[in-house]
Amino acid sequence: MADFFTKGAARNIYYGGSVFFILVFLGLTLNTVQQLPKRDHRENITESVEKGKLLWEENNCIGCHTLLGEGAYFAPELGNVFYRRGGGDSASFHAFLQGWMAAQPIPVEGRRKMPQFNLSEEQVKNLADFLEWTAKVNTEKWPPNIEG
Amino acid sequence: MKFASQSVAKPYFMFALALFAGQILFGLIMGLQYVVGDFLFPAIPFNVARMVHTNLLIVWLLFGFMGAAYYLIPEEADTELYSPKLAWILFWVFAAAGTLTILGYLLVPYAGLAHMTGNDLLPTMGREFLEQPTITKIGIVVVALGFLFNIGMTVLKGRKTVINTILITGLIGLAVMFLFSFYNPSNLILDKYFWWWVVHLWVEGVWELIMGSILAFVLIKTTGVDREVIEKWLYVIIGMALITGILGTGHHYYWIGAPEYWQWVGSIFSAFEPLPFFAMTLFAFNMVNRRRREHPNRAAMLWAMGTGVMAFLGAGVWGFLHTLAPVNYYTHGTQITAAHGHMAFYGAYAMIVLTIISYAMPQLRGQGEATSRKAQVVEMWGFWLMTISMVFITLFLTGAGILQVWLQRLPESSAALNFMAAQDQVAIFYWLREITGVVFLIGLICYFTSFAIKGKDDSAEQNA
Repeated sequence: MADFFTKGAARNIYYGGSVFFILVFLGLTLNTVQQLPKRDHRENITESVEKGKLLWEENNCIGCHTLLGEGAYFAPELGNVFYRRGGGDSASFHAFLQGWMAAQPIPVEGRRKMPQFNLSEEQVKNLADFLEWTAKVNTEKWPPNIEG
Repeated sequence: MKFASQSVAKPYFMFALALFAGQILFGLIMGLQYVVGDFLFPAIPFNVARMVHTNLLIVWLLFGFMGAAYYLIPEEADTELYSPKLAWILFWVFAAAGTLTILGYLLVPYAGLAHMTGNDLLPTMGREFLEQPTITKIGIVVVALGFLFNIGMTVLKGRKTVINTILITGLIGLAVMFLFSFYNPSNLILDKYFWWWVVHLWVEGVWELIMGSILAFVLIKTTGVDREVIEKWLYVIIGMALITGILGTGHHYYWIGAPEYWQWVGSIFSAFEPLPFFAMTLFAFNMVNRRRREHPNRAAMLWAMGTGVMAFLGAGVWGFLHTLAPVNYYTHGTQITAAHGHMAFYGAYAMIVLTIISYAMPQLRGQGEATSRKAQVVEMWGFWLMTISMVFITLFLTGAGILQVWLQRLPESSAALNFMAAQDQVAIFYWLREITGVVFLIGLICYFTSFAIKGKDDSAEQNA
């Protein structure tokens, strides 16, 4: 690098650039946090949804599944499972999930296995409510199709 | 080695390498479970194996970074470490906490671990990479504070160089961003938004400062190039890293509920994220070409050049492949992501830790500036086997990912294959990845074997 580009100039770009973009990032974050209530329908986060999220976490569901595309890639996306398996109807989704959770692990040799988590009926209901709430967040039309 | 207190780096490096071996074993288990779904079920379900695999990675890299800091900070500051005793105490605390956490994952069902450790008091568990019980997270913070105090005091009483200033900045950033792991609101969208402040701002932010400064240190020592030149490069690299990487966080905000403008911000800035890694490659090769001395540790120089290239390919090129929003719409959360993750972590962070270990270990073990020629040859076999395996693992996962997108994501809902059916279609790639993983393990065994080959630096005799 030529003489006109000194170590001092490089240092100033590092400090100036970092501080500038940290401030821009904080500004955009503030704006995002202000806009989120319109997108995440937080008014529908009931006590059951909250319990469902905690169950989701305490059983490490993210260790196999993705949720809105984030997580492990071993098992299906669950951000839209409310539509895929419940057809967008609460009652059918609840019925589906109760049956599904009770049937694990499915005894097919060589098939990827989902453990039996021994959740109570009430807990499965919480989980279903959490997944239904998640499915209704505005995700810019992701995933591209019903298969997630 | 200039100062006796640098020797505290040794247990950190050794423990890091032991955890690395564990990470690879669990990677092989998971890889097999991808195709033999009931392998080790129910003893080790996939989610447990994955948690062990990723958490071991994070913890061995943290041990590596700490070892690197304990080694290079005294040398850069030109003074003994403030308190070697504190460094030893923290080593045992962190090693015990890490081991207990991994044993907890393996021996207790995760929900049981959550209850045992009182997760309901302050729920932080069960989020990807942040699965550690809250008590472990608090332990990590305590260890990090003690560690920062120790190296901070060392720098304060000694010489302040660009390298140790930037290393400390990176390490403080690491600790500060980790605090966001304690923020877990019941609103999943807010949770996800700030979860990335730990994950993205680590690996595409402050960790690049750590990587850059370790690389700069090793290059100064091995090439003898003027410090002024190296420091200018370092500022350029980390400047580019933060200028592109901070707003580059936006590439995670496309589809998780955040406003649409992140698709523009994330695409534009993250498109430039390969630049700092490209600069690191140029940096390493340029400095080696302009070297003023022939350092006997050829293996360390190979790692230093290798980490630049592999970080550029893995983080840079494979990151760019799927970072633009219109592409990411189809690839988000597929095996493409897994492909990128593997080569990026290996190339940037595993390899930079292996670089400093390769440089420092001979000195920490009293073998002089380098190990014997024979030991270096075996170490370089390890380098090539592991690195080439990782290239192929990445290529196979990319193949799986492209096919997965083609079958499952691109068609209309009525025509798309479901997830499990698409997984069956791409199974051949998973088998190839698993076989390549075994080659990686052979490379790792070579690498470990090189430590067992006795003898000191014998390059002088061989050149004579």
